[in-house]
Amino acid sequence: MTKQQAISVTTPMTQDLPKEKFDELETFIDQMETTKGALIEILHKAQNLFGYLPRDVQLFVARKLGIPGAEVYGVVSFYSYFTTKPRGKYTISCCMGTACFVRGADKIIERLKEILGIESNEITEDGLFTLIDVRCIGACGLAPIVKVDEKVYGRVKEEELEDIINTYRLLEGKK
Amino acid sequence: MVETKKMIKIIINDQELSVPEGITILEAAHQVGVKIPTLCHLDLHDLKMVNQTASCRVCMVEAPGRNSLVPACVTKVSEGMEVNTHTTRAITARRMAVELLLSNHPNECFTCPKNLQCELQALAAELGVREIRWEGERMDYPKDLTSDAIVKDANKCIYCRRCETACNIVQTCGILSGIGRGFDVFVGPFANIPMVESSCTYCGQCVAVCPTAALTEVNHTAKVWEALNDPDKHVIVQTAPAIRVAIGELFDMEPGTIVTGKLVTSLKRMGFDAVFDTDFGADLTIMEEASELIYRIKNNKTLPILTSCCPAWVKFIEHQFPELLEIPSTCKSPHIMFGTIVKTFYAKKHGLDPDNIVVVSIMPCIAKKAEAKRPELTKDAHNNVDIVVTTRELGAMIKEAGIDFDKLPDSEYDKPLGETTGASVIFGTTGGVIEAAIRTTYEWLTGEELVDVEFTQLRGMEGVREAVVNIGGKELKIGIAHGLGNARILLEGIREGTSHYDAIEIMACPGGCVGGGGQPYHHGNEEIVKKRQEAIYQEDRNKKIRKSHENAEVLELYRQYLGEPYGKLAHELLHTHYEERERI
Ligand code: SF4
Ligand code: SF4
Ligand code: SF4
Ligand code: FES
Repeated sequence: MTKQQAISVTTPMTQDLPKEKFDELETFIDQMETTKGALIEILHKAQNLFGYLPRDVQLFVARKLGIPGAEVYGVVSFYSYFTTKPRGKYTISCCMGTACFVRGADKIIERLKEILGIESNEITEDGLFTLIDVRCIGACGLAPIVKVDEKVYGRVKEEELEDIINTYRLLEGKK
Repeated sequence: MVETKKMIKIIINDQELSVPEGITILEAAHQVGVKIPTLCHLDLHDLKMVNQTASCRVCMVEAPGRNSLVPACVTKVSEGMEVNTHTTRAITARRMAVELLLSNHPNECFTCPKNLQCELQALAAELGVREIRWEGERMDYPKDLTSDAIVKDANKCIYCRRCETACNIVQTCGILSGIGRGFDVFVGPFANIPMVESSCTYCGQCVAVCPTAALTEVNHTAKVWEALNDPDKHVIVQTAPAIRVAIGELFDMEPGTIVTGKLVTSLKRMGFDAVFDTDFGADLTIMEEASELIYRIKNNKTLPILTSCCPAWVKFIEHQFPELLEIPSTCKSPHIMFGTIVKTFYAKKHGLDPDNIVVVSIMPCIAKKAEAKRPELTKDAHNNVDIVVTTRELGAMIKEAGIDFDKLPDSEYDKPLGETTGASVIFGTTGGVIEAAIRTTYEWLTGEELVDVEFTQLRGMEGVREAVVNIGGKELKIGIAHGLGNARILLEGIREGTSHYDAIEIMACPGGCVGGGGQPYHHGNEEIVKKRQEAIYQEDRNKKIRKSHENAEVLELYRQYLGEPYGKLAHELLHTHYEERERI
């Protein structure tokens, strides 16, 4: 492990990321007894704060811990939980586990892409939705499953998807 | 004191043997002439580059009593262990491991830059793979051609992680990391940004150990042919000190064979208008660097002085220790100095338009490709050095030209600018630059003749070395590091103020340029690098003149053209400056 770099790690690197959040992340890291083996926990915290892990946040973590940026990115890219793109207000997860898959999850996700006009891991133009495909979420009895944030829609049918999404659009006054 | 290890008994393929405790099955098998194939494994013990990721599963052997096959490269022997290396089961498992790697590997050996040098290819041949039973999904990542030095072709990455070991552990640059997971995993920099945007030093140590063509140098041979075929161009070539002791390997000669004369002949036959030796530039470097050192000592300026002839090392300090940019010598590297002299003094003397001169450098080095493109070194709209090709690339060109290298007669470098000294030859190995500088500094400071020019205390392969040299009653404390991880240790000491040196030599590559990223592949055999080093010191002993400031042609150059060493014109032409860079 290398030493911390002697740069000011507290100045935010881009304007659009709020300094307070960097400060909060820094306090969080400073209060840890040891940062050894804590990279995942720190990235978790960072994602909660910023909503996603932009480049500058990853570099901030790397410099603060005195580890290479590539190492941080290696971890970020390994876990599908971490995202480097901003998320929509709602995250729609479509389970692609085996049980869901045999019950037509591939058609479900295609339909979702059609309705939202995006691919997986993208955000809709209005900033409302992010679509992700996930591995088995352990509710195979309800397959196929779509989740909107923490709300689970079990045994969904293709025809129902539009209504589900419209509910959220209405809620946000976008319909 | 030699530590005596406990000896234990094991059986390999029915042969009983006694081996020291703690070694691996692979090492034990080696002792009884059993060859277990390996791929990810790499052990350059003395250079401290050991890759033990055990990711490829090519070295699987059977150890009865254990449930399954075990990887020989990481499994330690134990008392009474019985190992069978070539049972049907082991052979099948190994072949399967290779077939799986091949199943999603691009099928393009014919046109691959590593053709006949690729370890995966060699392994497939060795294991008798004749068909690939699976068709895996191939990766389809674009090639990274952004840098002037390194090509990254992620589709050929077999994820052995040797490059990570080289870059992160040995060089402590931290550029490369595994990206993604599963079958799609490959190695790349932070956020998979283009190499050119990363803090890569272009030392090329990752290239030196990559078994496939996932990491290779940017090939510039076509540019050289183009220049040679252009009747309007005056094409001159210079060869670095470390080429003459390594290029013979590409023509099946023993490592460490000195082939200076054949090298010169081959270049002349290829059609270069003049063949020069970078050693001349190295002598020039010493004139400037020793003057700078003495200037700094006499005027109480910043010490230590750090040698600056390794561009990878320069880029390393720019990214990693931007607060220390005051300490490196401002001297350009030897081949860039030489290029400058060619485009100025030589051009004038021969009535040539510098724009029509093409300077080609043959270097053991990948970093020098990028160095030659640095904006501050491309003065007056024409480059100081136009094209850099590695030892490996030159070897390929000699073959393309149908030159039978080992049958060539010897010839001499062209003159003027052709005379060189023993001091400049040793630039090719760790410890050599500082030894050359001390030979000159000693005589200049004391005014006495230095009789024994060999400073053996500065030599060797230890990663970090220190020595005190007594110069006329004044003690100079010298530090030497090779490998950037070792350089980091020295620099941290300086930054923290815990160590004090007067002069430091740093070379990015383990062993120095003899182990450079552009040298013939050593395929994990570090003896090769050591033999090249021995040959360098032999070449020094072969020279009549062994001190840079006794190079008559260099002195003549100062008299006719440059004026005083470290003077005004020398400053303008032979010195440069450095830049703070971001660490990514
Ligand atoms: S060239 Fe050197 S610094 Fe760059 S990635 Fe390879 S090992 Fe790392
Ligand atoms: S780039 Fe080469 S050395 Fe690095 S992991 Fe891939 S195959 Fe191995
Ligand atoms: S040690 Fe030599 S070969 Fe290696 S990067 Fe430096 S100059 Fe190039
Ligand atoms: S060589 Fe042993 S696992 Fe790769």
